[in-house]
Amino acid sequence: MIFGLEFPPISHVVEWPTLFGDGAFAVNKVVLLMWISAAISFAVMFIGGRKRALVPTGTQNVAESAVDFIQDGIIMETMGPDGLKFTPFLLTLFTFILTCNIWGLIPGVQMPVNARIALPAFLAILVWAMYHVVGIKSQGPIKYFKSATIPPGVPKAILPLVFLIELLGILVTRPLSLAVRLFANLIAGHLLLVTFAVLCQALFDATKVGFVLPFALLVFLSAFEILVAFLQAYIFTILAAVYIGGAMHPEH
Amino acid sequence: MLQLLAQQDPGELEAGLTAVGRGIVYGGAAIGPGIGIGIVVGNAITAMARQPEAAGMVRTTMFLGIAFTEALALFGFVLSFIISG
Repeated sequence: MIFGLEFPPISHVVEWPTLFGDGAFAVNKVVLLMWISAAISFAVMFIGGRKRALVPTGTQNVAESAVDFIQDGIIMETMGPDGLKFTPFLLTLFTFILTCNIWGLIPGVQMPVNARIALPAFLAILVWAMYHVVGIKSQGPIKYFKSATIPPGVPKAILPLVFLIELLGILVTRPLSLAVRLFANLIAGHLLLVTFAVLCQALFDATKVGFVLPFALLVFLSAFEILVAFLQAYIFTILAAVYIGGAMHPEH
Repeated sequence: MLQLLAQQDPGELEAGLTAVGRGIVYGGAAIGPGIGIGIVVGNAITAMARQPEAAGMVRTTMFLGIAFTEALALFGFVLSFIISG
């Protein structure tokens, strides 16, 4: 209760009843949306890549601009030409996260899949495993461990401290912050939209005209959430690229 | 004073203190990153204004810097959910 308004508790906003299945394999709205997102991001790339017309139209246009964006905007800026072999991984990551996020803005659905920690946590663990495997494969286990934990040019006296911080960084902080960043941004946006929607409804019931101001803000915030959905997908992908690139080429 | 209130309604006091604690956790966690993001973006704008041809590279690095700085505020945000009375 704030100013006489009854806000729903968070569990009412993000928890959905089970549709079918039980236990760990129960399927609810969020899981269904995740499957649909995977199908959409697969279908766009599959249909877009099937014809390979010289002058792209329709779906092929979307697919090609996404590939261009990943290659020029993310990989070339962070990893260099060596990283181009990671285009499929990063492209999948980007399109999947973007479609998962954008569900929060689709009227009638309005539930970003990444507003539950499960999917961001899984994706972060995937990236975590990926950059360790890439590092070990391209540098060898001992050299990778050394280059990842001992930055060059550190004075001997503070080396143990730096070593511990870097070790904690590559093992815990990186995946944790990846997962929490995506999750917290999406759930914060979702709660913001819910708050303003509840406010609009209450003011409409009470005064009929008073809802105009919060409604205008709600429209503005929806536009802002589209930006956030895109930006968080971009940031997750670019951080994955930076981590993989760092594991591939050690700093000198 | 607190004990007097606690005698009257212990459950409500606890709920109220939890709410205050949540507010303090998120508010405290937002101070540093707020300043930090300001510095990052401000310097990125200076760099872009000085050298518009490097704007693309600066923008990418700026988003990276924002992402790293923002993480602490988001930890605070999540922690404020975890705190319960």
